[in-house]
Amino acid sequence: MSLAKRIIPCLDVDNGRVVKGVKFVDIRDAGDPVEVARRYDREGADEITFLDITATHDNRDTIVHVVEQVASEVFIPLTVGGGIRKLDDIRCMLNAGADKVGINSAAVFNPEFVKQAADKFGSQCIVVAIDAKKVSVDGEVNRWEIFTHGGRKETGIDAIDWARKMVDYGAGEILLTSMDRDGTREGFDLLLTRAISEAVSVPVIASGGVGDLSHLVAGVKEGKADAVLAASIFHFAEYSVQEAKEYMQNEGIEVRLA
Amino acid sequence: MSSVAVIDYGMGNLHSIAKALQHAAPEVDVCVVADKKSILAADRVVFPGVGAMRDCMHALQDAELNEVILQVAATKPLLGVCLGMQALLTHSAENAGVACLNLIPGKVVHFADDLCDAQGVRLKIPHMGWNKVQQHSHPLWQDIPQDSRFYFVHSYFAQVDDAAAVAGTTEYPDAFACALSKDNVFATQFHPEKSQTVGLQLLQNFLRWDGQS
Repeated sequence: MSLAKRIIPCLDVDNGRVVKGVKFVDIRDAGDPVEVARRYDREGADEITFLDITATHDNRDTIVHVVEQVASEVFIPLTVGGGIRKLDDIRCMLNAGADKVGINSAAVFNPEFVKQAADKFGSQCIVVAIDAKKVSVDGEVNRWEIFTHGGRKETGIDAIDWARKMVDYGAGEILLTSMDRDGTREGFDLLLTRAISEAVSVPVIASGGVGDLSHLVAGVKEGKADAVLAASIFHFAEYSVQEAKEYMQNEGIEVRLA
Repeated sequence: MSSVAVIDYGMGNLHSIAKALQHAAPEVDVCVVADKKSILAADRVVFPGVGAMRDCMHALQDAELNEVILQVAATKPLLGVCLGMQALLTHSAENAGVACLNLIPGKVVHFADDLCDAQGVRLKIPHMGWNKVQQHSHPLWQDIPQDSRFYFVHSYFAQVDDAAAVAGTTEYPDAFACALSKDNVFATQFHPEKSQTVGLQLLQNFLRWDGQS
């Protein structure tokens, strides 16, 4: 087997600036998404994901300009998520140079949207983002449900059933975030990751909780993830993408090294 | 100044490939075009595409581009990418079966549903990500190391009738033809426009290629 496991740095973008994990460094340099994307590309990132967390509708165009600029000089796959609600939003991102879009809340509110999007643009560009939280208590069989609004709103939907349904509806890939682990730096929810990855035929990207490089290895080996996504460990420049890949390779994981 | 036309027939994002071509060779005139005259006027032609084969062939027919592509292939260098490679074959199993351009005899088939690697781990479909390419001798591989990784995303792959048309192979888990060549035509299942340095090198090689192998 020679298909490499992918490392995907994620940039949370608010009003055209990278916001997550830049608290302690020079905002002007570290906060420019185009600059950061360039660095990740140089370091050997396999893809880059932009998550647009801009709250106001008026400032939505900023992410389009970011993607346009990055796509004209960075030649690896680019994914954009956050606020994708209509077919026109997808068309707009693809025209700007994105290769895939992440659909999250809109899929929960209207699952047919995923079907329409996959029919129109092809499954290869439809990533369904799933935010899941453990709802079972100790002693029970593990169970996770889908949450929206950054993990605040429960939906009562079982995460495994939902992942299977989204693949049936045309999702080409699943971006799975554990809301229990997101921001904790304690590592992925490996049981959740494995349960979803083994339940679906399409690739699964593990997300939420990476604090060190061993977490990336565990995500692949124990979580059975096809790709691992992380934000803060790369933003803080604690580790470069290159270091992360060398570490994974030393642990016996196939990666793309330049 | 030499020119390259990227065929715009409504199948997917052409900006990526146009931007990558321009980046690979700033001196080349890159245009994204839909009409027969502009396509035939260019020195080289790129035939991209993502999505489903039935839509692809319908779009080509609606734009009356089938003959144009065959004409290009007979007269100047043509690069097919992804769906644009698959469409060059005789037939695709996608969408319950679709007749294609038959420029390179062969068929396009789906990966088996129960693929496993040597350790028994199930392989995901689509085949998505960076995989190694074993090159067969061809000018478009110039300055690209053997076994370099290119970016793939596909669920169907090519089976050509004539092994001489295979220009490169990739394993998933069995070897399949990920690059094809025949006379003026070179075609890849992977996306050179998304394959960073090696992808840009391949595009640059194409923009210098005279169509001889």
